[in-house]
Amino acid sequence: MSGTGEALLTLRGVKTYYGNVIALKGVDVDVNEGEIVALIGANGAGKSTLMMTVFGDPRAQEGEIRFAGRDITALPTHEIAKLRIAQSPEGRRIFSRMTVMENLQIGATVGDAADFESDLERVFALFPRLRDRRNQRGGTLSGGEQQMLAIGRALMSRPRLMLLDEPSLGLAPLLVQQIFAAIRALNERDKLTVFLVEQNAYHALKLAHRGYVMVNGEITLAGSGRELLQRPEIRAAYLEGGAS
Amino acid sequence: MSERAPRVPRESGRFNPREVLAAAKEAAVAALVALGLFVLLIGVRTDQGPTGALVIRTRFGALAAIVAAVFVGRLVLALARHDARLSIGRLAPAALRAALSGLGIYAAAAFLAFALIVPIVFYTDRYLLDLAILIVTYTMLGFGLNIVVGLAGLLDLGYVAFYAVGAYSYALIAQHFGLSFWICLPLAGILAAFAGLILGFPVLRLRGDYLAIVTLGFGEIIRLILLNWQDLTGGPNGISEIARPSFFGLPFNSTAHGFAATFGLTYSPTHRIVFLYYIILALALITNWVTLRLRRLPIGRAWEALREDEIACRALGINTTTTKLTAFAMGAMFGGFAGAFFATRQGFISPESFTFGESALVLTIVVLGGRGSQLGVAVAATVMLGGFEFFREFEQYRMLVFGAAMVAIVIYRPRGLVATRTPSVSLGARTDIPAAIAGGARTETPA
Ligand SMILES: Nc1ncnc2c1ncn2[C@@H]1O[C@H](COP(=O)(O)OP(=O)(O)OP(=O)(O)O)[C@@H](O)[C@H]1O
Ligand SMILES: [Mg+2]
Repeated sequence: MSGTGEALLTLRGVKTYYGNVIALKGVDVDVNEGEIVALIGANGAGKSTLMMTVFGDPRAQEGEIRFAGRDITALPTHEIAKLRIAQSPEGRRIFSRMTVMENLQIGATVGDAADFESDLERVFALFPRLRDRRNQRGGTLSGGEQQMLAIGRALMSRPRLMLLDEPSLGLAPLLVQQIFAAIRALNERDKLTVFLVEQNAYHALKLAHRGYVMVNGEITLAGSGRELLQRPEIRAAYLEGGAS
Repeated sequence: MSERAPRVPRESGRFNPREVLAAAKEAAVAALVALGLFVLLIGVRTDQGPTGALVIRTRFGALAAIVAAVFVGRLVLALARHDARLSIGRLAPAALRAALSGLGIYAAAAFLAFALIVPIVFYTDRYLLDLAILIVTYTMLGFGLNIVVGLAGLLDLGYVAFYAVGAYSYALIAQHFGLSFWICLPLAGILAAFAGLILGFPVLRLRGDYLAIVTLGFGEIIRLILLNWQDLTGGPNGISEIARPSFFGLPFNSTAHGFAATFGLTYSPTHRIVFLYYIILALALITNWVTLRLRRLPIGRAWEALREDEIACRALGINTTTTKLTAFAMGAMFGGFAGAFFATRQGFISPESFTFGESALVLTIVVLGGRGSQLGVAVAATVMLGGFEFFREFEQYRMLVFGAAMVAIVIYRPRGLVATRTPSVSLGARTDIPAAIAGGARTETPA
């Protein structure tokens, strides 16, 4: 994978601390252009921390983060966003008193003003529900609609790389499938590169080209989605119960 | 299956015994609390006896009356909760809300129209004109603070500092360089904006309570500087004989070059008051217009987004540092304009005019008006300052009424008098959002 040229996003030996508690203990991750990469792990493993560290919030104290050939480890968060990395963060972080339209407009902050209409159409085509609810306040949307809005808002910047933190959290199975189908469509049709954190390991690994498993701030396993799905330790730890 | 009957509308006004019992119990508890609270406050009183020593006088009659009033009041409230027809809590605000959102823009327009004709209607009443000027000044301060508190969500308890910087800037520049009000005004605004930046830098990382405390300190620091920098500011004596504004070079006096003489009018001191009124009204309207424009621009949206979620803002590429600083600077600038106006109106300023009380009053206006709502701020300024004046005669009850009004608003309108936020953009059909209240047309983008 790292044989030909550099990956779109690379993390090398990334260490992140909260105060003096270490949350990431030297993480190596590659996300290649055009891939869907899933990161799975138990609660508190450090998955969200990893996502946020890519954005420099919190900042990696050791190691290197590169995006599209550029060292972004020390770049301010908003500058990182300008490189067309978008994020649907943990907890969605919708602007709750603002309308769906306003949320989408803010999502387009780093985008080209000329692209606004077509980006809006793309989001509405992907999530028609958002079109119906465009003048509704974000905070009054249902959980699933809020998730659509978080993804839609991130899409408004025409990202090259999209970081999604638990897009299926709290959603009914049907809606989970809808969201995952949308992610797949974005990847296949729009060639969007996706880095996905999921608790829903079965769906995530089925969807992803490759996956990483994180335990206690360290990557313990990496491999193709299908490969990881077959691993007994993964089945034991993350797939207990109905999924398989 | 069978739907549960909605319990609100009921055919008869009769209550079932269980409800009455529960209500009575609730009222008894309230009465007990009142008893504990008032037994020392009202029940006993120390007076000076004939020998000069303190004697204790009991007033159990008054105490009993208050406790009884609390009991009855609470009983009525508790029963009202069970009966829709009596429910103040449900009916009044709903009616009010409907009225407010229904009237919407018309209310704002009527309010504005009234503001425009105030000097004509009350031309002969100097007292009311002064009050009107005061109200509009505080409305403008409210608009300015609304940018910081209402839009950007930064709790600023030291807003009076910028008012002071504006006032002193005008007074000092006019005094030392002899420049006219119209040249000093923008300078005062710029200097106040700088003060806003100076405050903004150290508090960039602070939020909520911490921000409030630091801004509170900032307001005091500015006041203490004004008080102690005697050489420049005159210390506690302040600055007097500040230049009055002229009407395009024509002073408002009884000389042959004065405003009255030039226009062939008989000289009247009211001319200047009316002129001042229109100046501050124009300044307030400009502030309002700028605020409404900014809200539709990326910077205004960034302010609002910042209020909602700072982390999301950064991740979406908003530079939160500059966004915060512009909010502080912009709010401060309008405070500075208002300050310059204050100085030219009073002709005299001293640090006493810029105490924390002023910040608190402006903040109250913004919060009661509904953070982020322009009409709400104007209404709240009118109600508050008008109310203060109205109850001036009942000096001792003034604070009581004020307190009761606050409690009522907190209970019935927890988000302020005008709580609906107008979206800065609306696409296609207008849906669930209550009609625009904060004035101004919406931008309609074709779907
Ligand atoms: N702001 C913070 N301050 C201190 N510790 C934090 C902070 N945020 C996260 N942590 C800690 O860092 C560790 C990793 O947290 P993180 O949110 O990255 O976990 P996660 O893998 O996303 O878990 P989950 O699946 O529950 O979302 C946890 O032990 C957590 O308590
Ligand atoms: Mg997480």
